[in-house]
Amino acid sequence: MKKDINSLLVPGKRVKIRTKNGLSLSGLVLQRYEIFDPNYITLKLDNGYNIGVKVDNILEAEEEIVEERKASGEFVPETLPSEVVSKKKIHIIATGGTIASKIDYVTGGVKPVLKTEELLEMVPELRKIGEISSEILMSIFSENMAPPQWEEIAKRIYQYQQKEPGTGILLTHGTDTLAYTAAALSFALGKLSSPVAVLGSQRSSDRPSSDSAFNLIAASIYASSDICEVAAVMHGETGDSYALAHRGTRVRKMHSSRRDAFQSISSLPIAKIDPFTGNIKVLRSDARKCGNELLDKEIGKPNYKFSDKVSLLKFYPGMPPELIDFLVERGIKGIILEGTGLGHVSEQLIDSIKRATDSGIIVGMTTQCIFGSVNLNVYSTGRLLIKAGVIGLGNMLPETAYVKLSWALGNFGYEEAKRILLENIAGEYEERELPSYFPMWKHE
Amino acid sequence: MKKESFPHTSPCGSMSEVSDVETSLNWDHIGLKVGLEIHQQLKTERKLFCNCRNTLVEEGPEVIFERRLRPTRSELGEVDVAAYFEWKKGRIYEYHAPLLASCLVEADEEPPHSMNQEAIEIALGVALAMDSKPVDEIHVMRKIVIDGSNTTGFQRTALVSIGGGLEIKGKKYRIQTICVEEDAARKGEEKDERISYVLDRLGIPLIEISTAPDINSPEEAIEVASWIGTLLRMTGKVRRGIGTIRQDLNVSIAGGEKVEIKGVQELEILPKAVSFEAMRQKKLLELKEELYRRGLKKDDIVFSPIDVTLILKSSKSKVVERNLSKTKGKAYAILLRNFKDLLGFELQPNRRFGTELADYARFYGDVKGLFHGDELPGYGITEEEVRKIYDSLGGDIEKDNFILIIDEEEKALKSLKAAIERIKAAFDGVPKETRSILPDGTSKFMRPQPGAARMYPETDIPPIPISDEMLKRAFSLKPPTPGEKKRFYEEALGLNPSLAEQLIGSEQQEMFERLHSRLKGKVDPTTIASLLLVHMVSMKREGIPVDNLNEEQIYESLVLLSEGKITKEGLPELIKLLSERPNAKPIDIAKSSGLLTMGEKEVRDIVKKIISENAKVIEERGERSKSLLMGLIMKELRGKAPGSLVAKLVEEELKSFIQHRS
Repeated sequence: MKKDINSLLVPGKRVKIRTKNGLSLSGLVLQRYEIFDPNYITLKLDNGYNIGVKVDNILEAEEEIVEERKASGEFVPETLPSEVVSKKKIHIIATGGTIASKIDYVTGGVKPVLKTEELLEMVPELRKIGEISSEILMSIFSENMAPPQWEEIAKRIYQYQQKEPGTGILLTHGTDTLAYTAAALSFALGKLSSPVAVLGSQRSSDRPSSDSAFNLIAASIYASSDICEVAAVMHGETGDSYALAHRGTRVRKMHSSRRDAFQSISSLPIAKIDPFTGNIKVLRSDARKCGNELLDKEIGKPNYKFSDKVSLLKFYPGMPPELIDFLVERGIKGIILEGTGLGHVSEQLIDSIKRATDSGIIVGMTTQCIFGSVNLNVYSTGRLLIKAGVIGLGNMLPETAYVKLSWALGNFGYEEAKRILLENIAGEYEERELPSYFPMWKHE
Repeated sequence: MKKESFPHTSPCGSMSEVSDVETSLNWDHIGLKVGLEIHQQLKTERKLFCNCRNTLVEEGPEVIFERRLRPTRSELGEVDVAAYFEWKKGRIYEYHAPLLASCLVEADEEPPHSMNQEAIEIALGVALAMDSKPVDEIHVMRKIVIDGSNTTGFQRTALVSIGGGLEIKGKKYRIQTICVEEDAARKGEEKDERISYVLDRLGIPLIEISTAPDINSPEEAIEVASWIGTLLRMTGKVRRGIGTIRQDLNVSIAGGEKVEIKGVQELEILPKAVSFEAMRQKKLLELKEELYRRGLKKDDIVFSPIDVTLILKSSKSKVVERNLSKTKGKAYAILLRNFKDLLGFELQPNRRFGTELADYARFYGDVKGLFHGDELPGYGITEEEVRKIYDSLGGDIEKDNFILIIDEEEKALKSLKAAIERIKAAFDGVPKETRSILPDGTSKFMRPQPGAARMYPETDIPPIPISDEMLKRAFSLKPPTPGEKKRFYEEALGLNPSLAEQLIGSEQQEMFERLHSRLKGKVDPTTIASLLLVHMVSMKREGIPVDNLNEEQIYESLVLLSEGKITKEGLPELIKLLSERPNAKPIDIAKSSGLLTMGEKEVRDIVKKIISENAKVIEERGERSKSLLMGLIMKELRGKAPGSLVAKLVEEELKSFIQHRS
């Protein structure tokens, strides 16, 4: 008897259940997440609610004839005219996350939208901005992104821009490591011939309050502009009022969940975008305008290799020197330190650091204060670090420094990499840090 | 001009008049069925999905931000129709986030925290009281709501128990489900496409109790609603005041359709809402009959708009002028053959079939309104203009009718189409729709009914198994049914039936319970109950600020009574004085205003004094002067000694006085 019940309690079956505590239930058995308690089944009742029923509590069960699901009250809206107002071409490259997705109301699952037509149906405003095409390059969580993926993405964008010159690129990305990828592309793609926008959403697109359409529209506006830089395009503030295009090397995710988590640090965004009017206001005088050049002639082909022999290390009080020794033994080629304040670590570490630099490892110093610059000349520890071969990296963000060193060592030799690390090649150094670049926290 | 019947087609008046429907409908006969959905805010410490206080705030700092919502699609590409039209209207929601009662969760800037256990346990307690069976595992769902009242675009809701019921006057009413859900934001101003909301209410826990459609009359509806309301209040765990309890109802009559009516806040409106909806459905069925009687068919109703802009171009009508001056402003009309008087047909007081059409036009086409032949000439549109419209449509002014919308071309056409669809639906009787209540108990079209597909799982919150510990705590929160409680008050506490009845579900009940238990029987429950329900209520009516009193002052006053330091007669007097000095100690006030009881010796001295002052009378009347003396002495004592003591002393002293004299 029990065996019979179990054969009915499988996802997708409609069942009628009587429980030991006297309930008669009918509904659809749903797939349960693996982390949920396996002693229950999930049942979707006809009123739309899901409940969990303890398997031990089930007295009897029988299969019900499956009726065709009717969707009363819901409808499929008429498709909009397919006329394209603008001639500007925009290509969307998806890497993961669910920037656009549909809900399976039965299982509650969320499916990514794969086709361009579906995407345009969901965000019809995109039609007004440009001629949209799309592709899925990969489908991974952003926390699983690593240097090989940066390479793959950079390569694909380069190839696409070679094939379709002038096409603005939208790269959809999970938000956790979006800023790292934006920095990676800023270095790898060199001087751009058309805009590249990296975007994600902080509220998943299966909810009406999702920020994904807003960010998609804003990013499309950026991608059809004449700003030839890699930018992270996201909500500017908590409301749906404006978006910001942040320079790929200066942007950081500053909040775990807010829409406006992405901000330019010790810096100013490239542009402010109103997704409702299509207006784009350039905020920086040094924003790079698109020219006619395809790619920078000096560098020739873009250098989109990244070394996986680089490490980002945050100093903390009590940090043992063995951590550095371990990295050296493992054959690391570069270390970016996140020091305290102006760029310090405990003097206990200095010998290990010296051994590292002596053995040909590039060690760069950034600050874990996030805002501000390192300066190794002010205190004696700093001076000792210089002596130990540490390179002060000014106000370059720690994550950007890590990406840059990985890129430098991926494409160039030791000396060249060392030189490049200090050169401002993609706006990673903010040369003048203005008082207004620090957020004004509210205290009252 | 009101047209409530069809004089030229219905000589014997087979169609009823609106005015007499309310009183003359035989509910059994028309097969009235009503189900209630009662939403009550719970009085938990914190909100349902965050650590914000469960309170509304009128002042203090706030953050303001603006959002828009867009409909989500199902895997079949469907969108919720109401959601879609809200979005098409370009709605902007302006949120006011008071920092004292909202955080990033309400701002939809942070995922929900785990669900408030206390709220679940209160709901389970209520479930147990109604014999509703808790589910084994609670799953939080998202119900799409995209009018902006939820920053997320959905309401989080979870089914907690299934089944159960209640009994009133021997009749059983089944409960279908009990849910816990989050309340929506408070709506503020609405101006054009901008609607503002305050976020303090968002996230306050609600219990939702849904009954089966077992209610068969408006009176039963109010009985069931008050029974459930009382039960909820007896948990001592619900918020009180305007807006803390709301009822939705679904109403159908035989041959009609289950129609949802949302947002009844006052209990008194409930029976009206039921009877007006029953009436509306009955009227729609009559309209359907009349359509067929006139030989009309659904297929006769076609969307064939005619541009009548030229006719109205120089109209003196303000509305016409305003709408035609819009860019692409046009006037479109559609002829309805043999429809004379049908659009002016009244369905509810002051709500005609034409009003329904206008509501559909507004919802689907975002226009301000719709004109029809039965109300014209009017609104500044002249008889001549009406005749010209009939002419251009090729209609007969005596028999035919038309609908007319003046607005931006696209909107006008879209809304006319919606009106035509609504007219077609009249051939089937009553459309399935969700309506919102109006202050007078009538209702207006709000949206088509959403399907169960509007619900999908809240993936940010894992399922919550109902543990034995939770059930144990729920059991301790289980309220008695109103009947059980009344019996307890009468039999165990000795309250008289009317006081017991008054106490149940009253605002004072919780305080009564607390005072009674703290005083541990030292003060008679009837004294406590009548202080709260009789004396203080009448003081309030007289304008004495009894609301200023805190419970501690009342408690201490009752302790003084139990210790014999004040008398029963002096208690209301003390309360009255205290309410004017909210921070004062009862003992101090009793002392300073001479309400403290006197010792036997002091009382005896007063008795002696009064007796000697009235020696003459006593000589004349002897023992019969006792009642006169009692009155004089009580007046002198002003509640400083209990009557029983005074009577005893008067008896003794009078006897001794008379003996002395003789």
